[in-house]
Amino acid sequence: MLEFVYHYISVQTLVWLIVALPLAGAVFNGSLALITAHHGGGKDHHGHHHTPFRTLASTVGVLLPFAAFAAALLCFVTLTGFEEGAPSLITGPLSQWTAFPGLTIDIGLKVDQLSLVMALVVTGVGSLIHLYSIGYMSHDDGVVRYFAELNLFLFFMLILVLADNLVLMFVGWEGVGLCSYLLIGFWFEDPAKAKAGTKAFVVNRIGDAGFLLGLFLIYGVMAAAGADPATGYFNFETMSRYAPFFQPLATVIGLLLFVGACGKSAQIPLYVWLPDAMAGPTPVSALIHAATMVTAGVYMVVRLNFIYVLSPTALEVIAYVGAATALFAATMGLAATDIKKILAYSTVSQLGYMFLACGLGAFSAAIFHLVTHAFFKALLFMGAGSVIHALHGEQDIFKMGGLKPRLPVTCWTFLIASLALAGIVPTAGFFSKDAILWHAYSSGHVGLWLVGFVSAGLTAFYIFRLVGAVFFGSTNLPVDQWKRVVESPVSMLIPLILLGFLSAFGGLLGVPEILGGSDRLGEWLSGVVPLVGHAGGGASHAAEIILMVVATIWAANWSILGWVIYTQRRDWPERMAARFRWVYRLIVNRYFVDEIYDRLIVRPLIGVSRVFFWKTIDATAIDAIMVHGTANTVGVWARAVSLAQTGVVQQYLLYFLLGAVIVVVAVAL
Amino acid sequence: MTITLQHYLVLSLVLFTIGTIGVVVRRNALIIFMSIELMLNAVNITFLAFSRWLGLADGQMIVFFVLAVAAAEAAVGLGIVIAVFRNKATVYVDDLRLLKG
Repeated sequence: MLEFVYHYISVQTLVWLIVALPLAGAVFNGSLALITAHHGGGKDHHGHHHTPFRTLASTVGVLLPFAAFAAALLCFVTLTGFEEGAPSLITGPLSQWTAFPGLTIDIGLKVDQLSLVMALVVTGVGSLIHLYSIGYMSHDDGVVRYFAELNLFLFFMLILVLADNLVLMFVGWEGVGLCSYLLIGFWFEDPAKAKAGTKAFVVNRIGDAGFLLGLFLIYGVMAAAGADPATGYFNFETMSRYAPFFQPLATVIGLLLFVGACGKSAQIPLYVWLPDAMAGPTPVSALIHAATMVTAGVYMVVRLNFIYVLSPTALEVIAYVGAATALFAATMGLAATDIKKILAYSTVSQLGYMFLACGLGAFSAAIFHLVTHAFFKALLFMGAGSVIHALHGEQDIFKMGGLKPRLPVTCWTFLIASLALAGIVPTAGFFSKDAILWHAYSSGHVGLWLVGFVSAGLTAFYIFRLVGAVFFGSTNLPVDQWKRVVESPVSMLIPLILLGFLSAFGGLLGVPEILGGSDRLGEWLSGVVPLVGHAGGGASHAAEIILMVVATIWAANWSILGWVIYTQRRDWPERMAARFRWVYRLIVNRYFVDEIYDRLIVRPLIGVSRVFFWKTIDATAIDAIMVHGTANTVGVWARAVSLAQTGVVQQYLLYFLLGAVIVVVAVAL
Repeated sequence: MTITLQHYLVLSLVLFTIGTIGVVVRRNALIIFMSIELMLNAVNITFLAFSRWLGLADGQMIVFFVLAVAAAEAAVGLGIVIAVFRNKATVYVDDLRLLKG
């Protein structure tokens, strides 16, 4: 059957198709959105408003991502069939972007083990979320624009993942940022939501400044190393060939790029935008702010591992920032009451784990956790979306409760994802989180391991707090309203069930050897990513087993505790909160980080801008002195000169005569 | 006493000066108009005097032109004065200063 396909289409074309199909969807739906924007349609606030092209837009918007997934799957099948060990393909430049004497940038794609995994996750999970969106957005008038933007996001994300050079990757990086902004502010009539989009955009710009500086430094290094500009300084292949030349600047470059990763992947200190990003539609949160875009920073670090391994300092910083974020965000998840905000803090926390793994040099473990996290966190968000959809927009977990009989499918799939997030055997999350913790312990970073271990307990607690409060125990809904709660449509349940399977069994990608499995993902990635040799070696198999058991019991304990407290003893948390008032206040207010940023950075900046840049530079120097000053000078002179224009013609004649006399006299003399 | 070229030129100068002063000083548009005619004819006298003195007909030719133009100018100028008088009920140029800056 494959031969039949390749009779008509080359592998290179197939790779291009992965990227081109979502773009086609974006262009098509974008045009539809522009056309319908002028028609507008009658505003009927009861939701029974007929949106033109709804079916067409959703069909195209969903089918094309699935087609892209099929293309990615075909690529995977093909490349694994090619040869043992090194399935890698570079499409070559589609076109040349810039070609200056000292700088060449091609637009080309690169499919290797790493980018293929990412492409499969992005298109696979992305397609399921697209499918889910049909049901979730069925009452929304902006559905055409929604699918246009979602497809555009998928396009940029695939560019980011498949780019064969760092600059093209940066294009994707900025593109997903744009789509994130557009989709967070999807309901832009609400100023708070529009503002959340702006916040995400601005915070990401801060990170991107670091990313850009890193790019410039890389250019400098490559130029100094005497690389041939025609091969493309930013090409990953070329860069990795010249990797030794990065040695002196590896720390600076690594950290600058990590600043960009901090912005995109919501790490301390730039994580503040992600909780606010929950203003967007829930499928958007699942796709962009959980499964794909926010993992771009992790992907970038893994992709540039040949630079990072040169700098133990940069790796150390990444590990500590990751661990700190994992713990910090987990504690904030404990006190949040908005179902999506809890999941948002959870995402920040899990991204911290991924960076912890990167920092330890366990790049394949980071990718492993990235993949499983994409499965279970997308599922958690879509489950939350299903609940929100069923309750017509309610997001406070303490106004729900006892929903299990009403939403059975949502409940059970959500439970599987929660087990995966908590890291309970044998779900996907257990294996990936355990791999990270084991790397931390065996490489001798016991402190980092402890932080990860504590965070794992907190994670288990807050997610089962959510499960207990939403699905179990007595309901906090009025009884008649509770009875009217109905399960979401099939198009929303299919993705839930499929991702439920992936969350349950995705761990088979990397079962540790002592459990009789093999780290398949690690072996698969070994061509791209250095295999981590455990420096100590002293850490025995017994220790690995013991840690595994301890971690499971630890997570299970906290899960049960959270579940019991929030299903049967709902008064306990309030009493605890009353006893530890200041701790509770600190956590509920998210450590006042937003307020601190506001006082330390935003307001001084606004103050300086107002007093100096606006009042002094703009209003006084430019406006008053330069612009109005010029106009006033001309005006004064014009008024003075126009006094000579009396309107009495005889005066003019007199002046003319006097002038003539002067000329005559001058000539005569 | 023979009348020489100088006599003509002095007469012309006097007439031209009177005309110029009239144009600059007087406020009545008609008088200004007449003063302009006076200046034109002062120039005509100069032309004729030099024509006689040099024995060339060129000056006389130019005088014909000047007379023709003056006639046309008188027609147009008087027309303007009448039009102004109809609109403003005055011929005093002090009252006509629309172009004041």
